[in-house]
Amino acid sequence: MHNPAQSGQGVSIWRRASNHSATLVIVPLLAIFVDLLIKGAGSFNLAFLTHTPKPPGEEGGGMANAIVGTGLILGVASLIGVPLGIGCGIYLAEYGRGRLGDLIRFTADVLNGIPSIVIGMSVYGLIVLRQKHFSAFSGGVALGIMMIPTIARATEEMLLMVPNMVREAALGLGIPKWRTSLSITLRTASGGVITGCMLAFARVAGETAPLLFTAFGNQFWSLKLNQPMAALSLQVYVYGLSPYDDWHKQAWTGALILITMIVGAVAAVRIVTSRGKMKGAS
Amino acid sequence: MGVGIEVRGLNAYYGKHLALKSVDMTVPANHVTAVIGPSGCGKSTFVRCLNRMHETIPDASAEGDVRVGDVSVYGDGTDPVEVRRRIGMVFQKPNPFPTMSIYDNVAAGLKLNGFRNRKQMDELVERSLKLSALWDEVKDTLHKKSGASLSGGQQQRLCIARSLAVEPDVLLMDEPASALDPISTSKIEELIFHLKQHYTVVIVTHNMQQAARVAELTGFFLMGSLIEYDKTEKIFTAPADKRTEDYITGRFG
Repeated sequence: MHNPAQSGQGVSIWRRASNHSATLVIVPLLAIFVDLLIKGAGSFNLAFLTHTPKPPGEEGGGMANAIVGTGLILGVASLIGVPLGIGCGIYLAEYGRGRLGDLIRFTADVLNGIPSIVIGMSVYGLIVLRQKHFSAFSGGVALGIMMIPTIARATEEMLLMVPNMVREAALGLGIPKWRTSLSITLRTASGGVITGCMLAFARVAGETAPLLFTAFGNQFWSLKLNQPMAALSLQVYVYGLSPYDDWHKQAWTGALILITMIVGAVAAVRIVTSRGKMKGAS
Repeated sequence: MGVGIEVRGLNAYYGKHLALKSVDMTVPANHVTAVIGPSGCGKSTFVRCLNRMHETIPDASAEGDVRVGDVSVYGDGTDPVEVRRRIGMVFQKPNPFPTMSIYDNVAAGLKLNGFRNRKQMDELVERSLKLSALWDEVKDTLHKKSGASLSGGQQQRLCIARSLAVEPDVLLMDEPASALDPISTSKIEELIFHLKQHYTVVIVTHNMQQAARVAELTGFFLMGSLIEYDKTEKIFTAPADKRTEDYITGRFG
C-alpha cells in the first residue's frame, strides 16, 4: 500500500516521531514488569501459590486465598459488568437515537469518571450496611459497576462501525430486529467488543479502593461469596503498608502474580476467541 | 413458485418529502420485471416498499395497497418481518455477513428463524448455492472460508443464494450487478433468467441494456411516478410516452 509518510527520500520526520513514540509506550510497561520480576521473583515459590498467609514473624506462607479470591470476585464482576455493558452498548448503538440514548450515554461517561473509591463507598452503603457484614459479592458488584461504562461505550463504538448494509441484509432475510442486533451485528463486531471487555476487566482486576469497603480482605481460606474474602490487590496493599520486611517482599510477589493473572486472562480470551475464525474473515 | 404482485396507490415518504407518488403496477408471477429510471427517480424506493424495507430507514414511511400473492403487505396486523421472509432482497453492493463461513451465510436466514433440522438445512444450502450457480466454486470450502473472502461477483451470488435459502416467493434485486465487472454481470443476468422458473423477480437497474436483456416487462420511473409500464420490447422500441423515449434514447438521465 502506498504510504504518504514513506514517499520521497528516506523516512519522513513524522514517521520517525511516531515510531519513537510507539517505542516509548512500551518502555513503562517493560520497566514495571522487570522491576516486579527483580523484586518479586525472589520470594516466589510453590508455597506462595498453595498456602494461606502466616502471622507476622513466622516464615513462609502464601497468598493462595487471595489468588482464588481475586478470581472469584472478578468472576462476579464480569457476570454483572459484561452482560449489562454489552446490553447497554447494543441499546445505544441500535436503538438509542433519542433523548433517552443521550441521557444514558452521558450517564455512562460520568460513571466512567467517578473515582473507584466512591463506587466502593456507594456499594458499601447499598449492600454492606444492609447486610451488616462485608462480602466478596459486594466487591464483585463494585467492580462490575465499574466495568459497565467502559464496555457499554466500547460496544457502542464497535457496533456503529458495522456497515448498515450488514443489518439490511439480515432484516431483508426476515430476521427480527432484536435477533439481527444480537446474532448478526454484535457477532460482526465481536472482535472489538471482546477487546472492550478485556480492557474493562484488566482495569478493574487491580482495583484496591472499591474492595476496601466491600470484600474487605481475609487472612484465611474462604470461598463463600457472602463472607469477607481476600483479594491480591488488598493483600498487596496491606502487606506493602506493614512494617515487616518479608511481608514487603511478599507484596512484590503478590503484585507480580496479579499482573501475570491479568495478562494470562487477556491472552487466554484472545486465543479462545480467535480459534473459531476462518480464512478471510474480518 | 412465484406469486404476482399488485400495487395500488403506493405513496412513499422520507420525512415529509414524497418520494413515490401514487404508483400502480401489476407484476405477473414467474416473470422478470425491470424497473428503470434516472438516479433519484424512486426506483429503489419502490422495490424497498414491496418488502417493507423502506420503513427501516429513520423517518421513512409508506402507504398504499400492496398485495403479494394473498398477503396484504401494508394490511393491518401484517408483520413486516413475515413479509420480508416471503420476499427476498438482493442489494446493490454484495453484503455477505463478514464473520460467517460460506455455509453459515446461506443458512443464516434459516438458523436465525429457528430452523433446526440439520439434514434439511444442508439440502437447502446446496440447492440455493446450485440455483445461484456458485456451488461448484465453493463446495469444497463451505465451512473453511468466510463469505467475505470471495470475489465481488461470487459474493453477490452468495447473497442471492442466501435470499433463496429461506424459500421466498418473490426476489427483489436492487441494481444487483452495478458494482460488478462485465463477466460477473453476465453470470448474474444468466442466473436471473433461470430464477424466473421458480420465483417472481423484480430488478432495479440503471443499465438499460441489462433491462432489455433480462426482463419481459419494464417500468419507467421519473421523479417518483411510474411513467410507463409495458412489455420490455415495446418500451425500448415504441414507447408511448415522450419522456420514456427521451430517457431511453439518452436525451437525459
